[in-house]
Amino acid sequence: MKRFILSLAALAFLVPATAHAAGDQEVPPEHHWSFNGIFGTYDRAQLLRGLEVYRGVCANCHGLKYVRFRDLEAIGLSEDEVKAIAANYTVEGDVDSFGDPTTREAKPFDAFPSPFPNDEAARASNGGALPIDLSLVAKSRVHGPDYIHALIGLGYEENAEPGPTGLYHNPYMAGGYIAMPPPLFDDAVEYHDGTAATVEQMSTDVSAFLMWAAEPKLEARKAIGLKVILFLLVLTGLFYVCKRKLWANVEH
Amino acid sequence: MQALLNNGFIRWFDNRLPVLSWTNHHMMEYPAPRNLNYAWNFGSLAGLALVLQIVTGIVLAMHYTPHADMAFDSVERIMRDVNYGWLLRYMHANGASFFFIVVYLHIARGLYYGSYKAPREVLWWLGLVILLLMMATAFMGYVLPWGQMSFWGATVITNLFSAIPLIGEPIVQWLWGGFAVGNATLNRFFSLHFLLPFVIVGVVVLHLWALHHKKSNNPLGIDYKGPQDFIPFHPYYTIKDAFGAGVFLILFAIFLFYAPNYMGHPDNYIPADPLVTPAHIVPEWYFLPFYAILRAIPDKLGGVLAMGASIFILFLLPWLDTSRIRSATFRPVFKWFFWLLMIDLVVLGFCGANPPEGFWVPLSQVATVYYFLHFLILLPLIGWFERPRPLPDSIAKPVLKA
Ligand code: HEC
Ligand code: HEM
Repeated sequence: MKRFILSLAALAFLVPATAHAAGDQEVPPEHHWSFNGIFGTYDRAQLLRGLEVYRGVCANCHGLKYVRFRDLEAIGLSEDEVKAIAANYTVEGDVDSFGDPTTREAKPFDAFPSPFPNDEAARASNGGALPIDLSLVAKSRVHGPDYIHALIGLGYEENAEPGPTGLYHNPYMAGGYIAMPPPLFDDAVEYHDGTAATVEQMSTDVSAFLMWAAEPKLEARKAIGLKVILFLLVLTGLFYVCKRKLWANVEH
Repeated sequence: MQALLNNGFIRWFDNRLPVLSWTNHHMMEYPAPRNLNYAWNFGSLAGLALVLQIVTGIVLAMHYTPHADMAFDSVERIMRDVNYGWLLRYMHANGASFFFIVVYLHIARGLYYGSYKAPREVLWWLGLVILLLMMATAFMGYVLPWGQMSFWGATVITNLFSAIPLIGEPIVQWLWGGFAVGNATLNRFFSLHFLLPFVIVGVVVLHLWALHHKKSNNPLGIDYKGPQDFIPFHPYYTIKDAFGAGVFLILFAIFLFYAPNYMGHPDNYIPADPLVTPAHIVPEWYFLPFYAILRAIPDKLGGVLAMGASIFILFLLPWLDTSRIRSATFRPVFKWFFWLLMIDLVVLGFCGANPPEGFWVPLSQVATVYYFLHFLILLPLIGWFERPRPLPDSIAKPVLKA
């Protein structure tokens, strides 16, 4: 009987494992992230550095429409710092009293806007390719942060030149070619904490930041999960003891 | 319960609306075979999963917006801004997978112990109706977050109806509410996704009615001979089901809290885009064996018919299986073929997950043929030629070693 259930369960669990069959891409190397594992949490200092990379480099082409400026308080910025960051961005405002559209400084309740007014403009400035919104990219690609880290940190050849189609070779991208020019070079940003801004450092930091952007509730999830599972283990243990006791006198 | 009925008012009320007597009769004194093993836990677990889906689903529906331009954003808002919205959504999405896991195990239990045989054919049919309703519900639910897999899954599956000769095209347009999967499709799927779980509840009531009328089958698969074969449901099976529910919830929690996207597809975090077709369109894991059967047949209509037949054939199972012995325990040959069928289904699952290229194509064809061979040829033959092992006299006898 036990064998019956175990074998069936084993059979059933094998199937989803293959559901994400990858294409012809190279598999990114596994990085040891602070948010991996049961007790994983985000490394605040790393997220702040990642934010600096995003703001300094990626934000020139990519928006982050599900991340509001005030969400940054969760990674350690103060209310005033959030206000100051928001003030660097311009967003659409209400129509004015003449009915004409206006723009205004972003406020903490606004989200990181796309640098382009619309997708067509974004394509026009990027050789026809769309720089996607990055809010969910850590969850919408197989291997998530490992993939981003490999794509921007390891995938480009040194002094990469675009091919005849305007695409760069990058083995981690589906199909092996990507329209994004190599975004990082050493000292592309200056870190507030003095960390040396190597390509490896920046690609790691921004990947962690994008994971946070995609899954901001990860820490709460893991912390609650631990409590729930411990509680369930005790409860189930009690049920088991009661079951043994109740059935002790029943031949079955 | 009896103590409650000593209270004058409660007795007066129960005399006019016998809720307490009814509960007592069906959930406490209800006689259950004394020898049920843990394979009999999956029914109550399926019930638990249904309740979890309904409760989380109703709260999700309070925050979700069924509009093609807003659905994806509203799900992200649930994940980020609604208090514990991430928990609700991950519970609902993983809950659907766990619902299918327990229901498939529940069905496998029925196949192994011959629970579909007389006098439980109608009970079996009602179970299959629940399975079909669940599939429709889960399919439409998966469309709601309006990601790439939502959109393209919906497109592929609704397009299957176009295989029907003559009226196929009009039917597909009628399902879509337009000339492509769009806002009208999303709206009706939301409405039906909200409705069908309650229809499932209704069919579950009938399923349990049929069960209580003919009583549970058991691992020996023999009929009950007298009261010594039974024990009251409460406390023996209530506590056993509670223990099973605990184990289920622990496994559920492990996925929910530590791998919430493992059973989902990353593409569904990309908003639906009718202009970009994903490289591989794959359904949720619980549809993969059926998807493999669909694609195994080179002809579209043939594939649709084969996929439909793969489930409808189960309705005929009580008559395709010609053996009068229920439990595989006493069927030395059938037992082997049961496990072969399980392996075949897993192979079909892998075929469904992989693109229809290379050796996956012939493999899925062999596995599809074997699936039908099992039910149409092997089962009747095994029933006729197999020599079953001797059955015990009663449930109580081997148990009490009298
Ligand atoms: C000069 C503009 C530009 C900059 C700066 C830029 N990107 Fe991109 N990015 C693009 C374009 C264009 C694409 C679309 C590529 C394609 O579809 O081939 C893209 C695509 C991507 C993708 C998606 C790849 C895929 O799997 O489809 C990721 C991830 C990404 N960029 C991350 C980043 C990060 C992180 C940074 C900052 C370090 C950054 N980008 C900076 C233009 C840019
Ligand atoms: C038979 C029970 C049910 C099953 C099998 C089921 C299945 C599913 C599935 C597979 C999804 C997609 C999950 C995702 O990736 O997000 C989903 C989404 C959804 N379901 Fe259900 N569901 C059930 C019951 C219900 C009920 C009763 C309701 C509401 C009354 C409901 C409301 C929703 C809503 C609003 C969504 C979209 C939000 C989301 O994507 O998480 N569901 N369902």
